[in-house]
Amino acid sequence: MVAATVSGGEIGRSLPRLEGRDKVTGRAEYTHLMQLSGMLHAKIFRSTVAHGRIKSIDTSAARNVPGVYAVYTSDDVRKVIAEPYYGPAFHDQPILAIGKVHFVGEPVAVVLASDPHVADQAAQQITADYDELPAVFDEVEAAENKTLVHDELKPAGTFADLKHLKGRKGTNIALDFRLRRGDVDKAFATAANVFEHTFRTQKVLHLPLEPHASIADYRDDGITIYSSAQGPSFVRTEIARLLGWPENRVRIKVPYLGGGYGGKLYIKLEALATAMSMLARRPVKIAHTMEEHFYTITKHPSTFRIKSGLDKDGRIIARKCEVWWNGGAYADIGPRVTQKSGFTASGPYDIDNVSIDSYALYTNLTPAGALRGFGVPQLVWAYESHTDMIARALKRDPLEFRKQNLLRDGRPQATGTILKDTAIEKVLDRIAERLNWKQPFDRGKGVIRRGRGFAVALKAVISPTTSVAIVNVSADGSTTLYCGTVDMGQGSDTAMAQMVGEVLNMPAESVRVVPRDTDVTPYDMGTLGSRSLFHMGHAVRLAAEEARTKIGDLRRELAEPEGSNASLADLFRKKYGMQAGNIVGTGIYKPDYIPPDANGLTTNATPFWMVAGSGVEIEVDTETGHVCITRLINVADVGKPINPKIVETQLSGASLMQLGFSMFEKMHIDGGQVTNASLADYKIPGFHDVPPVMENEAIDTYQSNGPYGAKGVGELATFGLSPAIANAIDDAVGVRLTELPLTAEAVFRALRAKANKPLEDE
Amino acid sequence: MSPAAKPINFTLNGRRVAADVKPHHNVVEMLQTQFALFGARESCGQGLCGCCTVLVDGRPVSGCLHLAVFLDGAEVITVEHLASPGKLDPVQQAFIDCGAFQCGYCTPGFVMMTKALIGQHPDPNDEQIRDYLSGNLCRCAAYPEILNAVKMAARNSKAGSTG
Repeated sequence: MVAATVSGGEIGRSLPRLEGRDKVTGRAEYTHLMQLSGMLHAKIFRSTVAHGRIKSIDTSAARNVPGVYAVYTSDDVRKVIAEPYYGPAFHDQPILAIGKVHFVGEPVAVVLASDPHVADQAAQQITADYDELPAVFDEVEAAENKTLVHDELKPAGTFADLKHLKGRKGTNIALDFRLRRGDVDKAFATAANVFEHTFRTQKVLHLPLEPHASIADYRDDGITIYSSAQGPSFVRTEIARLLGWPENRVRIKVPYLGGGYGGKLYIKLEALATAMSMLARRPVKIAHTMEEHFYTITKHPSTFRIKSGLDKDGRIIARKCEVWWNGGAYADIGPRVTQKSGFTASGPYDIDNVSIDSYALYTNLTPAGALRGFGVPQLVWAYESHTDMIARALKRDPLEFRKQNLLRDGRPQATGTILKDTAIEKVLDRIAERLNWKQPFDRGKGVIRRGRGFAVALKAVISPTTSVAIVNVSADGSTTLYCGTVDMGQGSDTAMAQMVGEVLNMPAESVRVVPRDTDVTPYDMGTLGSRSLFHMGHAVRLAAEEARTKIGDLRRELAEPEGSNASLADLFRKKYGMQAGNIVGTGIYKPDYIPPDANGLTTNATPFWMVAGSGVEIEVDTETGHVCITRLINVADVGKPINPKIVETQLSGASLMQLGFSMFEKMHIDGGQVTNASLADYKIPGFHDVPPVMENEAIDTYQSNGPYGAKGVGELATFGLSPAIANAIDDAVGVRLTELPLTAEAVFRALRAKANKPLEDE
Repeated sequence: MSPAAKPINFTLNGRRVAADVKPHHNVVEMLQTQFALFGARESCGQGLCGCCTVLVDGRPVSGCLHLAVFLDGAEVITVEHLASPGKLDPVQQAFIDCGAFQCGYCTPGFVMMTKALIGQHPDPNDEQIRDYLSGNLCRCAAYPEILNAVKMAARNSKAGSTG
């Protein structure tokens, strides 16, 4: 299970990314830039209403535009795919709207043309009439089930961890996850202090600079899809299901991704591209504009009501968590977000009595899915703000209060799973040390006030999931790795090559990593949730170790003396009489897992825990409410870093992305209509948003069941930043914000309210 | 409905070339469809992200907003022109050495903007770098590493030109 003993010197090496040359010369391949001969371009006509019955769609003007190849609606799609619904948790999303539309921006019709400008112009000539229906946008309101988004829900049954989803009628709740540990009501009754707060997060989105793109090339005997997909294996399974074909007739090819962050997971444009190629009998490319991402997938807005009871010594004895997740019009992976995040909603604290209710809700908004953290950043925003508020109310030091209640290795987490290999206290201590927490802090006196704050978090990696890898040693000794992990910038190709190099004692640079192609790269559950380095890392290690064992067998078969320095090429030549043959090693990894019982309890919730925290120092301009982060600290427990430089850039990048979500990013929505669907109106962090001082630290730990002691890192620095900043704002100016983003306006309004001079519009 | 194409002549990466462009074709589309150059790429489509940066007569322009017809008579340099066989431009090498990218989609734009920056300020300070590159966005947020890469590129470009 644990690290191999032979060292190739590859682990812990800050090797620059293997594909660096292609990326700096502009030659790296991305789906958005790919072309096939005979290819048509698709442009989508989208719903203009949030909820309505489609009375009619008029495509006649579009059909008459010169150069248009075809215009298709769901009537056409159903001629080639009888049940055209897809999705990872529920088969609820139609390829094109059928009968009803469920959000503004939902695809209703498609124009195909060889000139994308012609397709675009023609799509604008399509009109549709709707009978508008009442719509629901707020997650808490949706839970009342007064306005229903869907008439019926059909579970997908594809993923092992979502087998329990049930078909439902008369509700907007796609999944309600519940956890009951101890007896919270009894504990609250005996508590010396009880605190209750509600926190909200806004709708934000991934915005990878390569927008979504898929090209489908359908033939009667098979289909090839080129796609900006984070999970090629799932896309293959889902397309094969839609076509009623065996998987081996479906080929998914994924070049590099121009960013993903969860937005390109599961199935996005692939089903639509497939249907269009089937109808047109030509390759069809759908390449989104930046605006179209706003109508494709977002992060989950959330409302979290959290209540804690403390005994007279300040120990948290009960915590009740109610979380409502705004999933938008289609479930996508919302049920997994609801469940997997749900069970860590009580935070990294040792609490005997915990009650969690986590609800995945349908609303009439753009669907929400995974975004770097799978819901955990929303939870941490609430529980670490809440924890700080309790400490302040009790006049306790926030660090000491946390340490008194901290969950430590050997103690059960809310699920009952015993914590192992979690450096929560170490992370907390390092942040405090870096902040000089125990030293006095100058908060300023004039217009500019200073504050500091921090937060710490725990996340479980998704389970159970499977990864498979193949290592192929060629007759000249050169080695190729086949693995389905999608390198979307996190450096997985480089890290996996380092693991192969470590086992086979060769430089990682010499290992060829085959780009993802389901015809040759074996199954992987998906590149998501910081799972790849651990799961695929193990599969790659096992594959390389099997190859190494076979090489040893060959040496013995050829009677090579112990310690002979015959090269791999020599062995092949000796065996086959020429440069011929292969040695192939395969590795399959699936960790143990016990599904939660009816109370959400299990003794084995996850193969590893992720731990990270952030600390900030800020300045608040009390005249404008403007907050400036002057120092940003991220500390994470990533196990043993395989590639320290890449780990550092992952921490830094995740943190700066979360800085946007914390400080200014927000989709503005008016009656279901997104009013800022462009980079002109939706700002993402740029050079001037980077704090002047930024420190990232992966503390020295070792994940005992990880490949070479490693575990995942991609999401970690997103966890603690938002509450750290809100805590620092409170520290600086004594106002508490409970809703993201932490804009100057929000701070200014809070300052005015605190001074008993609220702005007139409140 | 389709308006007539107009012939233009310009210099592309050191070669005299001709193209037929329609009034609505931007520089990115022309480079991709007529010259098979994909280093400059459209992302936001509004001149805000910098993924489409090319140099026109030595100045960086957003290829998604700059119309192709404007290139008549101009000298155009794209990211594809920087490396010589077996040798990367000092800017490209510095981006690799400093780990100044993750997904790489925005990288050609940053590389071209950095070329322009170093051309104008051979020894830029942090403030100049932030200001000059504030029109380039990196969603992976490799900004700290990019800052280091620009400084390294400036040093190495100077060393290369004087030595």
